[in-house]
Amino acid sequence: MKKFINHPDAVVREALVGLAAAHPELRVDLEQQIVVRADAPRAGKVGLISGGGSGHEPLHAGFVGLGMLDAACPGEVFTSPVPDQILAAGKAVDGGAGVVHIVKNYTGDVMNFQLAAELSADEGIEVHSVLVDDDVAVEDSTWTAGRRGTGATMLVEKIAGALAEEGGDAASVAALGTRVNEASASFAIALSPCTTPAAGRPGFELGEDEMEVGVGIHGEPGRRREKLLPARDIATMTLEAILAAKPVAAGEDAIVLMNGLGATPLIELYLLYGEFAGLLESAGVRIARNLVGNFVTSLDMAGMSLTICRADPELLRLWDAPVRTPALRWGV
Amino acid sequence: MDVTLARAWLDAAADAIAAQADQLTTLDAAIGDSDHGVNMKRGFGAVRTALDGAAPDGVGAVFTLAGSTLVSKVGGAAGPLYGSALRALGKSLPDGPQVDAAAFGAGLRAGLEALRKLGGAAPGDKTIVDAYLPAVDAYDAAVRQHGGDADGGLAAAARAAATAAAEGMRATVPLQARKGRASYLGERSIGHQDPGATSTWLIFQALADAVAP
Repeated sequence: MKKFINHPDAVVREALVGLAAAHPELRVDLEQQIVVRADAPRAGKVGLISGGGSGHEPLHAGFVGLGMLDAACPGEVFTSPVPDQILAAGKAVDGGAGVVHIVKNYTGDVMNFQLAAELSADEGIEVHSVLVDDDVAVEDSTWTAGRRGTGATMLVEKIAGALAEEGGDAASVAALGTRVNEASASFAIALSPCTTPAAGRPGFELGEDEMEVGVGIHGEPGRRREKLLPARDIATMTLEAILAAKPVAAGEDAIVLMNGLGATPLIELYLLYGEFAGLLESAGVRIARNLVGNFVTSLDMAGMSLTICRADPELLRLWDAPVRTPALRWGV
Repeated sequence: MDVTLARAWLDAAADAIAAQADQLTTLDAAIGDSDHGVNMKRGFGAVRTALDGAAPDGVGAVFTLAGSTLVSKVGGAAGPLYGSALRALGKSLPDGPQVDAAAFGAGLRAGLEALRKLGGAAPGDKTIVDAYLPAVDAYDAAVRQHGGDADGGLAAAARAAATAAAEGMRATVPLQARKGRASYLGERSIGHQDPGATSTWLIFQALADAVAP
């Protein structure tokens, strides 16, 4: 393992020290391990809280700020935050209008946010939750923990965050977040595994000529392994999987997130985006908005994920609303 | 089971988990996300620190504090699951510095029920439950058989629980995971030993070691 770290146990904390130094407009509470908007709590504004294991940066702390999250709770690397952190975030951002938890569908995240919601309710904080489960690589059945939350998480945070900024109430913000999740589907492919600082070795082995199809964002293996294909064939396979699960009809609008998993250079992401744009154009789908870059990552994994959200005018209007966070900013 | 033995069990569990942390992480890397060993080590280390600091004087209070510490310090799925189990165990025990083997067994079962309520796993889902459930069943059977022993059957029951947990752990190898992160793998989870069932075995083995060193 070669990483820019001092000690594996100190990575999350020391990265938060750096985040605080880079972004004095955020309040970084090292004791509680939470990142909070400087102007929180705002009276009457719904507090948007997300969190999850670290290692997916800029998700979630990079999306704290105007028009998006009010607080982020980073856990240890690939380990969900604990209930005390989430409760502390709720206390820090609740302006009397309640809070909305945005939770990625993983066993640990769901349990810890559920326990935190109970603790928060005991403290008089109204909690609504949005469960994000957009990864169509996983079968959604009673025989699994259900689909994973991946790229759509940032779409939910952006769009629900815009409604909260406009003064939407907690139930409406949560309902909108759920609507964005239901309209979204993601699929990921890895070219190399990732290495957590604590483990010090890759989560799985992948041959020089192999790719992991339907990979998760924690270095957990995907559903199958195949020989590496040209980008055009990978794009076709990815898009087919997404549209089979969540069809977008010809003439409809979509928000497209071309996301890198951490170690894939932008030149490859743009190359892939070109393939996806061509395929979607052939299908008659209008790419109303797009993002290309590293937004929901998996440490040093080489790979990509594509997220497609079927959009309507309201979602597009809220997508365009001003946002000012470390990793996403426009309109301000 | 008294306060000293309760502390000795949790200490032995912390030592065993620290010694086997790499092994747990290797098992988790195969079908999960490579954090089980690290998390369990951090969690049981935090339990030791919390117990040293508070020095509870009731058996139940030892387990309740240990459980609360795991819930609030570990994160992931293991923290809430083991934390809820230990907290339920602690809360189910009668007040006082000592409980008998039968009451302790009822507490272990209360812990299992709390864990299953939170995690929703059934036997055969390739989880902690596959080691924990047979361990509790074996414990109860041994107490019924050896209740007349000087210790109320505690030593025999702890040994039986550890043996049953080991068998349950090994029996997870051919199973297909239906809960937790390993469930994403579908059939590819078959052939790997479940890391959660493995840490459960370590904890029951630590109990047997602490009871009869």
